Amino acid sequence: MSHERIVIIGGGHAAAQLAASLRSEGWTGPVSLVSAEPSLPYHRPPLSKTYLAGAQHSDEILIRPAHFYANANIDTMLGVRVTAINRAEKYITLHNGARLPYQKLALVTGAVVRKIAISGAWLDGVLYLREMEDAERIREYAAPGKRAVILGGGYTGLETAASLRKLGMEVTVVEASSRVLQRVTAPEVSEFYTRIHQEEGVEILTGSAPASINGKSQVESVTLQNGQRISADLVICGIGVLPADSLAEDAGLKVDNGICVDEFARTSDPDIVAAGDCTTHYNPFYDRTLRLESVQNATDQAKAAAKTLCGKLEPYKSLPWFWSDQYDAKLQIAGLSQGYDSVVIRGDHREARSFAAFYFQNEKLIAVDAINRSKEYLMARRWLSEGRTPAPERLADESIPVQELML
Amino acid sequence: MPVVEFHSKNGATRRVHVAAGTSVMQAAVNEGIEEILAQCGGACACGTCHVFIDDAWLGELDAASDNEKDMIEFVDGAAPNSRLSCQIRVTDELDGLVVHLPESQG
Repeated sequence: MSHERIVIIGGGHAAAQLAASLRSEGWTGPVSLVSAEPSLPYHRPPLSKTYLAGAQHSDEILIRPAHFYANANIDTMLGVRVTAINRAEKYITLHNGARLPYQKLALVTGAVVRKIAISGAWLDGVLYLREMEDAERIREYAAPGKRAVILGGGYTGLETAASLRKLGMEVTVVEASSRVLQRVTAPEVSEFYTRIHQEEGVEILTGSAPASINGKSQVESVTLQNGQRISADLVICGIGVLPADSLAEDAGLKVDNGICVDEFARTSDPDIVAAGDCTTHYNPFYDRTLRLESVQNATDQAKAAAKTLCGKLEPYKSLPWFWSDQYDAKLQIAGLSQGYDSVVIRGDHREARSFAAFYFQNEKLIAVDAINRSKEYLMARRWLSEGRTPAPERLADESIPVQELML
Repeated sequence: MPVVEFHSKNGATRRVHVAAGTSVMQAAVNEGIEEILAQCGGACACGTCHVFIDDAWLGELDAASDNEKDMIEFVDGAAPNSRLSCQIRVTDELDGLVVHLPESQG
C-alpha cells in the first residue's frame, strides 16, 4: 500500500488541505500535486480584497510555504495542465503528452469563471478575477482617477469595487437584477451594501445589463441595454463561476452541475475522490444536494476525502460559512439563506455599519449574515450546528445581550 | 530570529524560529501545527486559530481589536487568556513567547 501513488489534480484550498491531511492521516506513499497554476496553493479570497488592494505580497498569501511540501514529501508539479484521465489503465495525461500513473486520484479542480458573451468582450482591459495572475493584471490597470466598470454585483464584484476604490479608481458596478447580491441575501442586506458603496463613492447601477463593450484594441466604454454609455479604462466581469468538471465528465464520471460525490467525497469511481467548488454533494443540515463555492467547503470536504483515501471513512457534514470584507464592513455568514421565508434584523441596517440578518424557513433558523457582529455570527453558528432556533422577537431586541438570546 | 514555543495539550512542545512581522498563526501553519486551522487565512473571520497565551506573556501583547474581542468571547473553550493567533505579530520583544494550543478548534 505504501507504494501506491495518490495524484491530486488542482492547486487551490482543497488541494493544499488534501496534501496536508494525507500526511497527517498517515499516508506514507508518494503524493503528487498537479496544478495548472504557476504558484503553490494560495488563499484565494484576498485576491479581491487585501491582495488586490496591494496590502500583501504573493508569498504572504500562500496557504503553506514551499518547505512544508518539501518536508511532507509532496511532489508539486506547477504550471502543468491535465488533459485526460484514463480510468481503465489508471494514469492521467499532461499537456505535454506525458503520462502520470496513479492508484488513487483526487479531483480538486475548483471552478472557472463564467465568460461574458457580448461584443467587445475580447478587448484589452476586459478582465476576470479568479487566479493570482488575474489580480496582478488588474493591478497593472489600476491607477488613481482611472475608471473601472464592474459587471456583476455579487460578492466578488463588490469586493473588487471596494478594493479598486481604495486604490483611488472611479468605480461603477453594473448589476442585471434589481439589487446587488440578489441571489444570496435579503433585500435589507442588499440595501446596506448599495448604501455603503455609494457612501464610499462607487456608482451602483441595478436592473442594467451590458449590451456591448466598446473600443479599438483597448476597452474605452461599456454600453448598457438602456443605451447608457459608461467610459471605462478597465472592465472586470464578475458574473459567477462554473464547476471545473469537464475532465471528470470526459472520463465518464457522474457529473451534474459539478462532480457528484457521496458523503465520503467518493465519485462514481471508487479510486477517485473529489472535493471543493467542483463537487455537487448532499448537505445534511439543509437536506439537499448542493454545490458550494467556499473555503470552508474546500478544506472540510478535502479532509473527508483524505480520510477516505487513507481508509478511514468519516462523512463530510459541516455547516457552511463564508465571509466578505468590503471597506470597514466585515460580513460573516453562517448557513445558507436560500429558501428563506422571513428575516429578522438585529441592529440598524439603514444608517449604521453593524447589524445581523437572521434568516428563517418554516420558523426554523437557517442562516445569518452578520456585519461587524462577530458575537451574533459565532452564536448563530453554534445554534445552527445544534439545530436550535431562538425566538425571532428576542433576536430583534438589542436590549437583550447576545449570550442571553436563547434563554 | 525570535522563538515562539507552542505547547500542545498532549504535552508536546515545539520551539519555532519566526521572522519578525509574521503572525503567530502563520508561524504555526508553516510549521504544520495541526491544532491551528486558520481557515480564513488571517482575516479574523473564522475563529479557528484560537490559542491561549501563557499568563507570563499576556501583558506583553498589543490589546485585541474590538472585532477580535467579540470573536474570542464566543469561541469554544474561551478563557481570559484566549487570543486569535492571526492577530498577533511576532516581534523581537516577543522572543520566547509561550503559546498553549487547544485540543481542537471547536
